[in-house]
Amino acid sequence: MTSVLVCVKRVVDSSSEVVLTDDGQAVDGRYAGFTMSAHEECAVELAVQIGDARVVTLGDADAVEQLRAALAVGCTAATHVVADPQTFGPADVARELAAVVREHDHDLVLLGNDAADSGDFQVGIRLAYELGWPVVNGVATVSVQDGTIVADGAGPNGHETYRLPLPAVVTVLEGGVEPRYPTVPGRMKAKKVPIDERQPTAEPAGPGRVRLLLPPPAPSDVQVLGKGAEAAPAVVDLFERLGVLAR
Amino acid sequence: MATVPASAKVVVIGAGIVGNSLVHHLARLGWRDIVQLDKGPLPNPGGSTGHASNFIFPVDHSREITDLTLDSVRQYQEMGVFTESGGFELARTEERMEELRRRMSSAKAWGIEAELVDPAFVKEKVPFIEEDQFIGAFWTPSVGVVDSLRAGTIMREAALETGALTVVPNVEVTGLDVEDGRIRRVRTDGGDIEAEYVVIACGVWSPKIGDMAGISIPLTPAVHQMISVGPCPQLAEREGEISFPIVRDMDTFCYERQHGADMEVGSYAHRAILHEPEDIPSIEQAKLSPTEMPFTSDDFDPQLEQAYELMPELLGAEGAEMRYAINGLLSLTCDGNPILGESLVKGLWTAAAVWIKEGPGVGRAVAEWMVDGHSEIDVSHSDIARFHPHQMRREHTRLRTTEAFIKTYGIVHPAEQYESDRDQRCSPMHASQAELGAVFFETGGWERPHWYESNAGLLERYGDAVMPREHEWDARWWSPIINAEHLRMREAAGVIDLSAFEVFDIAGPGALETVQTVCVAQCDVPVGKVVYTPVLDPGGGFRSDLTVMRLGDRHFRVVTGAAHGPADRKWFGDHVPADGVTTLTNRTADVVTLGLWGPRSRDILASLTSDDVSDAGFGFLTCRDLQVKGTPVLASRISYVGELGWELYVGADDAAGLWDTLLDAGAAHGAVPVGIGVYGTTGRIEKSYRAFGFELDGERSIVEAGMQRPKVKAADFVGRAAYLAQRESAPETVLCTLVVDDHTSASGIKRYMLGGEPVLTRSGESLTDGHGHHPYVTSAGSAPSLGRHLLLAYLPPSEAVIGNELAVSYMEELYPVTVGSVDATPLLDPTNERIR
Amino acid sequence: MIVVLVETDLSGAAVEVSREAVTFARSLSDAGGGVPIDAVVVGEPSAALVDQLAAYGVRDVHALTGEAFDSFAGAAWASGVLGVRTAKNAVVVMAAGTPRGNEVMAHVAARAGVAMAANVLSFSGLSPFTVTRQVVGGAALEEMRLADRPAVFTVAGHAVEAAPAAAAGGAHVVVERPDVDPADLVARVVSTQAPEPDLSGSLKSAKVVVGAGRGAGSADGFADLLELTELLDGSLGVSRVVTSLGWRPHHEQVGQTGSRISPDLYIPCGISGAIQHWAGCSSAKAILAINTDAEAPMVTKATYAVIGDLHEVVPAINAEIRRRRAG
Repeated sequence: MTSVLVCVKRVVDSSSEVVLTDDGQAVDGRYAGFTMSAHEECAVELAVQIGDARVVTLGDADAVEQLRAALAVGCTAATHVVADPQTFGPADVARELAAVVREHDHDLVLLGNDAADSGDFQVGIRLAYELGWPVVNGVATVSVQDGTIVADGAGPNGHETYRLPLPAVVTVLEGGVEPRYPTVPGRMKAKKVPIDERQPTAEPAGPGRVRLLLPPPAPSDVQVLGKGAEAAPAVVDLFERLGVLAR
Repeated sequence: MATVPASAKVVVIGAGIVGNSLVHHLARLGWRDIVQLDKGPLPNPGGSTGHASNFIFPVDHSREITDLTLDSVRQYQEMGVFTESGGFELARTEERMEELRRRMSSAKAWGIEAELVDPAFVKEKVPFIEEDQFIGAFWTPSVGVVDSLRAGTIMREAALETGALTVVPNVEVTGLDVEDGRIRRVRTDGGDIEAEYVVIACGVWSPKIGDMAGISIPLTPAVHQMISVGPCPQLAEREGEISFPIVRDMDTFCYERQHGADMEVGSYAHRAILHEPEDIPSIEQAKLSPTEMPFTSDDFDPQLEQAYELMPELLGAEGAEMRYAINGLLSLTCDGNPILGESLVKGLWTAAAVWIKEGPGVGRAVAEWMVDGHSEIDVSHSDIARFHPHQMRREHTRLRTTEAFIKTYGIVHPAEQYESDRDQRCSPMHASQAELGAVFFETGGWERPHWYESNAGLLERYGDAVMPREHEWDARWWSPIINAEHLRMREAAGVIDLSAFEVFDIAGPGALETVQTVCVAQCDVPVGKVVYTPVLDPGGGFRSDLTVMRLGDRHFRVVTGAAHGPADRKWFGDHVPADGVTTLTNRTADVVTLGLWGPRSRDILASLTSDDVSDAGFGFLTCRDLQVKGTPVLASRISYVGELGWELYVGADDAAGLWDTLLDAGAAHGAVPVGIGVYGTTGRIEKSYRAFGFELDGERSIVEAGMQRPKVKAADFVGRAAYLAQRESAPETVLCTLVVDDHTSASGIKRYMLGGEPVLTRSGESLTDGHGHHPYVTSAGSAPSLGRHLLLAYLPPSEAVIGNELAVSYMEELYPVTVGSVDATPLLDPTNERIR
Repeated sequence: MIVVLVETDLSGAAVEVSREAVTFARSLSDAGGGVPIDAVVVGEPSAALVDQLAAYGVRDVHALTGEAFDSFAGAAWASGVLGVRTAKNAVVVMAAGTPRGNEVMAHVAARAGVAMAANVLSFSGLSPFTVTRQVVGGAALEEMRLADRPAVFTVAGHAVEAAPAAAAGGAHVVVERPDVDPADLVARVVSTQAPEPDLSGSLKSAKVVVGAGRGAGSADGFADLLELTELLDGSLGVSRVVTSLGWRPHHEQVGQTGSRISPDLYIPCGISGAIQHWAGCSSAKAILAINTDAEAPMVTKATYAVIGDLHEVVPAINAEIRRRRAG
């Protein structure tokens, strides 16, 4: 069975208005809470579909919550690289993940295409170079058949397929699979899985972050087509414009 | 941005269940020009109503909360948004079974159908429950769920239809303008509104809005965790929102409530997670809504396991997933009751810390209170005026709610004391009392000795006359020393610390008018007279009972209990004429009251003063200044324990010295320090003295309480017309004193009722008075001088016959009782010889 | 020198975001004293592309050719770009913030052992080189130092408006045939095909979803909504209260505890937009809200809105569609 490592990151749930911490170094999660990104939720789903999946994160003590969330939906082991993620740049994170891959002899590593907070778009690729493995980026589905990875995603000119042997790194974009929610037994099981804690292997070089800023707010740009029944022609004009009328 | 009207009679801030209910009832009662604001959108502006689990278990140990709940259920039913599901409260332990038996008492007392059932009964109605996880259950068929958002919309629209209401959502209150102690204006980001009345009904945000007017609304937003698991095939196959009874797993502090195909599991078992009102996110910042905070799964995991053990097939069903989980915010207060009524700012009202189960009832009660000056359901335990200054601090609320959170489904003894934030108000004698082994109970923040361990030696002297209690529950928060102190007081004398009394002086040209207006009894008496008087609301219900001393032509002193003191002070203050010269001065902090009672009290006092303290020289119900061993005191000859004696009012600086003096001088006469256990219970119940909040409340009349005097004073007073009418007709219910004939339970252990138990016929049949209420024990206590355990209860007039044999149900066993008195005539010393 | 990876569309023209990237590169060049800008393209450039890049002020156009570039492999593209960079000793290597652009630049940065900044909007200094970029999906910005050389980054879409240069560049085509390490071709696109339309007709795959909330009034109140659904060949989605009341089956529920949908058009009728519901429909490409309350969250968040009672508006829309069909 393929031994999969899936990498997740504890990030602030950014589906609502983003609030920054007072020092401008991070997004404040006290209102919206924390989660893993939608890409990573899909990566976790794919990982548990493929085989025995270990979940790993690099984060502070609270990041255990994301490890448990992944365990609750079917990952069977977890590694926690205990570190302040704010002080780790993408290259630092890739180096630490590589150490975990080597330790457990994984042959497939899944990551989200990019982290929902820092949006660096590179940890998976850097990890592949650390390992000397090939990397497929930004696919929606991944499966492993007889040691061959088949990964599919949307390219600029249509649906693209990759086919390559293990081992490899694959980064996942959301949309290809529906991540499952935890079940009650799953959550209870997750609670009992021991989490393998480890320290970083080296001092981080750090990200280049100076500070975070908020962009000016976007105004409500709703276009009111009219009031009551009189709006019907304008609505149907819109349907025609959007091409949604049944033929 | 919405704009608001420029003026209104009343502005209601908040469009949750409370605000919506309030505007409906205000409009129904005839008010017009009502403006309702909310900073969120409709119909769900994002407050606690929006995420409530919306189920209602009607039985609560508090009559006030139960009545508000029953009224709410009736209103929900009328609106067609109530679905009856039935509900179980499970017991996993014998201790909980006992609590459920106590719950049966409350159910019978409040007239709610309920029964104790075995696990098989539960299993039949909830097939997916594991029977071996619990030993029994409390079944309430009338439990149900409501659609509180729909109810809110219906009520708001009803008010809109009358043309009385303007609703403005998406408008945020930015300020409240107070001028001359009265609310004038609401400032919003959509404009300002001049208003005669403003009601803060915005739940968890209320403290923040209150601060804008400088008033404290002491509630704290607190987390209640809830998850939704589904779809569960067992639930999905039934149509509708709910078809299985709701289960409260009391010992794990959890509930399981069907919601369509999902099972909602809620918990009160986790650590208290409190927030500050200022830290609640805006609608935009919140992931779900402002009061649905991010779920903290670690806190919930233990409950998940317990819930799973109870319903493994359902919660572990194929496809059942945890799709929704929140840390929902709700409002908690230091004593668990809502915060209703007019604040210290005139015209500025509150209706907050209210749960879905009470919402419509609270809306109606507050509307009646605003329009008529009183509500049909007595809500005095929820009056915002009840708070003492220390209770208005956020820290106090935080500490008390942290302590109380785990008791949401807990087993709480009626006399249980808080541990946190004690020692807020200590009398000058506190240290020496502690040395005497005083066991302190708290009232209004005051630490009051309930009994003194130093009196333990008296136990031997009085033997079985102290009526020891065999059962731990009956003896919890109690000591036979109380009864020993009682007997010593009746035999010799006792010195009682009454520092907690709320004392305030009314002085000036309008002083007489003020007390005459507020009090039922004639207060236009000679200087030096002491008057005990009921205080009524406009409807003729009790607002209080207290004593008034006339200290001068234009100077009265009002003395009342600590628990209700601030509310009484506000009520008198509200009736002080605005002449600029009549004043109300709170003397509570600088005047200490000590009580000296017992047959030897005159000898003791005489040994300490050269003043004449004979009956001829110092008559009953008079007061005057004395020098007690050089200390100036105001002495008042009055008694709440049925003994000769005095209340001595002394400056706080002299109090400790006077305390020592009285004890030293009293020792030779056999006097001991006596605690509030005697003053509040045993001493008073032997004399059938009524207590506000127990026998006396807004739903009782002077006539029913058996307290009417031959004449009614000519001067007008609040409630006079109603009182005159009450006197003209036969009472619907009569306050009686009952004697327990036999305490022996089936197990052979003697049991002693603590109050709240239903009174039934000898054979256990229910009784109903003219109001449709069922009799219950309003006060219970030892009467050591009679060697009996006494109960006070309102009985149907036909049952109020001396010698009538009835029964009281305690922990689901019947005990025979006999009516001993059907008016205020006490069983001990009916002619009051001892007081002379 | 600045190297810009330029992506082309099926017609062979430079895509808009790549032209934006070149425009961005010019502002960087201007700030740096007019360093030249070279483009890297994959495959033999068309004459039109060369003209286009000349107009944008590009000096040389390096065309990566050979079998290794016949289908996409991020590592191979990066090795080609790096070959140009090394030969010309470029100080900046950049691309548009497209999936390809981000991917190839990440390879470039990893191979060169330098940092990379994705989705840059602007720069605020050259020494140290400081950029502002989009993070948190564009909900926040990050000021980031990019001290390494080459500076590797991508330019966020619409960070600048694509505009030709005042003075055209030479756009000399340099055909490159780099040797590509076979290891860089292991992860490579093996087939590309136009995506098949999802014809399953389910709520999640529907192009149009008509949404209904409590405003439907009763279990019998869905007739007009169902007709509209049919006229649009869409699916019906409902709010939680509708399923809770038993008016419609659970599988039609949209929201936190139901399906999450992403149709081209979502038409919520009489749904105020409770957050739990919004969570299930916020991925819709366009939203047409029909609601009596102009302030309802669903209306303010929508693309289009009709203010009115669904029981009046929906029948009128249905009638209008039938009328136009008949006509």
